[in-house]
Amino acid sequence: MKGMNLGQQLVEYFSNNGMYVLQQFSRHFLISIYGVLMAAIIGVPIGIWISRSRKLSNVVIGIANVIQTVPSLAMLSIIMLGLGLGVNTVIVTVFLYSLLPIIKNTYTGMQNVNEDVLDAGKGIGMTAFQRLRFIELPLSMSVIMAGIRNALVIAIGITAIGSFVGSGGLGDIIIRGTNATDGGAIILAGALPTALMAIISDGILGFLEKRLDPSKHSN
Amino acid sequence: MLLSLEHLRKEYPGHKVAVNDVTLHIEAGEFVCFIGTSGSGKTTVLRMINRMLMPTSGTVLINGEDTSKLDPVKLRRKLGYVIQNIGLMPHMTIRENITLVPKLLKWSQEKRDAKAIELIKLAQLPEEFLDRYPSELSGGQQQRIGVVRAFAADQDIILMDEPFGALDPITRESLQDLVQDLQQRLGKTFIFVTHDMDEALRLATKVVIMDAGDVMQIDSPENILKHPANEFVTNLIGEERLIQARPSVTPVGQIMLKSPIYITQDQSLPTALETMHKSRVDTLLVTDANRVLRGVVDIETLNDEFNSGKTVGDIMDDKVFYVFENSVVRDTVNRILKMGYKNVPVVNKEYQLVGIVTRATLVDMVYNALWSQDEDANDQTQIGNKEANVDD
Repeated sequence: MKGMNLGQQLVEYFSNNGMYVLQQFSRHFLISIYGVLMAAIIGVPIGIWISRSRKLSNVVIGIANVIQTVPSLAMLSIIMLGLGLGVNTVIVTVFLYSLLPIIKNTYTGMQNVNEDVLDAGKGIGMTAFQRLRFIELPLSMSVIMAGIRNALVIAIGITAIGSFVGSGGLGDIIIRGTNATDGGAIILAGALPTALMAIISDGILGFLEKRLDPSKHSN
Repeated sequence: MLLSLEHLRKEYPGHKVAVNDVTLHIEAGEFVCFIGTSGSGKTTVLRMINRMLMPTSGTVLINGEDTSKLDPVKLRRKLGYVIQNIGLMPHMTIRENITLVPKLLKWSQEKRDAKAIELIKLAQLPEEFLDRYPSELSGGQQQRIGVVRAFAADQDIILMDEPFGALDPITRESLQDLVQDLQQRLGKTFIFVTHDMDEALRLATKVVIMDAGDVMQIDSPENILKHPANEFVTNLIGEERLIQARPSVTPVGQIMLKSPIYITQDQSLPTALETMHKSRVDTLLVTDANRVLRGVVDIETLNDEFNSGKTVGDIMDDKVFYVFENSVVRDTVNRILKMGYKNVPVVNKEYQLVGIVTRATLVDMVYNALWSQDEDANDQTQIGNKEANVDD
């Protein structure tokens, strides 16, 4: 690769290792998605649940806040003590970091549902479940989606670090680049797709979030 | 008895009594207005009817059935509910909003669509509005939707909690018209909470005045204006309205002259002239043998036809404007004045002539209404003086 500038080296790397990069890209993406999905499955109900009680919400959000403060490398190492090396450790870490934005946003979304709309819903004879299904969830969906979007962007970053505990993903390519002499192109070959993934996910979920916003109906 | 409230009481923790002891019976088709200052418990009573709040003690009976034994969700679907802040679902179209209860009741799509069109017409809004979202409508239009939503499943009882409190006066009036129209057309029973006395007096057939959790007075608007039960009610109604109300609730029968000059239609014209001359009037009311009002004859016609040999019945003008003795002066007086009659005959239900209202009578009435206020005050000072004398 002597005599080529960084851009040419990068093109060269992609043309030789295109499939490999693609594999790592999808692996990276799936690790992030699994962690966030699990966090959504657990976090949204928790958010709904704590929105019914102020005391509870303080405790739960407090715990999630503490989790969020632990540096991600430290968290990975702690989880690794329990689960060993491998992909599960990273998924669990992503899950833990995703909890706070999802719980917090679900809670906020539920809190922001207009009291009068709920009162009217109850007054015309909706059950508690119907109020949740037809009023609260649709009205807070865009805020919940914003939480998931936030969580996914964080998750993509954590997954990159996760390569240190042997989970694979685009982080592998970055680490290889940092270990190699003159590995700038290799670093970029891992880092650029990672950044791209974060930006695209953010864009798509941001679009969904807008579509779900109930106040954007005046068109 | 459609709806009975028996000794309703609501107490919050810390012995805060919101409603002390309310007993009230409501017949089908009545328009009941709860009125009182804020904190009087009127909204609490309303919300206990559809079990948004559970009474501490006492029962609510609908058609004789104790509502505490019913499933609250099913109960609420049978009661229309309109709240002050409208409470339309912002993420649903108007169509979805007004057919929400039918949807909960699992009506078919066609039936729901038909209902939506029927309801938007009731709200006096164009059909295109069905596919709009609430935020695209003005506040008044939104509340029209809020009102008709309460009729979506043919509810017989409509509960309204200060529905027009947040609207400007002109919009409020048009919505009051709407509600009044719905009430008269559909014959529903309305339970209406308000703090606006004009609104209550205008809409209600029965007014319930509340203060600090207790009922002060339950009566028709006329009787409340005529006989306020206590000082609180008087203050709530306001001095001005009481004065204004005096002529307005008086029936015509009370102020009319009870001996109108009349003649039967089979009399001859000379007899008529004789009667006019004796009573010093220029027109005569004409009745048949049973005293049923038939027409009116005036001196000009009489003069023209005097030698024709006809009877009074032949020459009388049968297009005579009359009022009933039990109609309210308020409704009558404007018509009399506007149409420029010097006098108007008063009839009873069988159209028999019982009296006459002249312009002079109206003057008396206005005079009494405006000056008796001062006389009352004078009476009281005199009594005060007497008592003072006794003490000496």
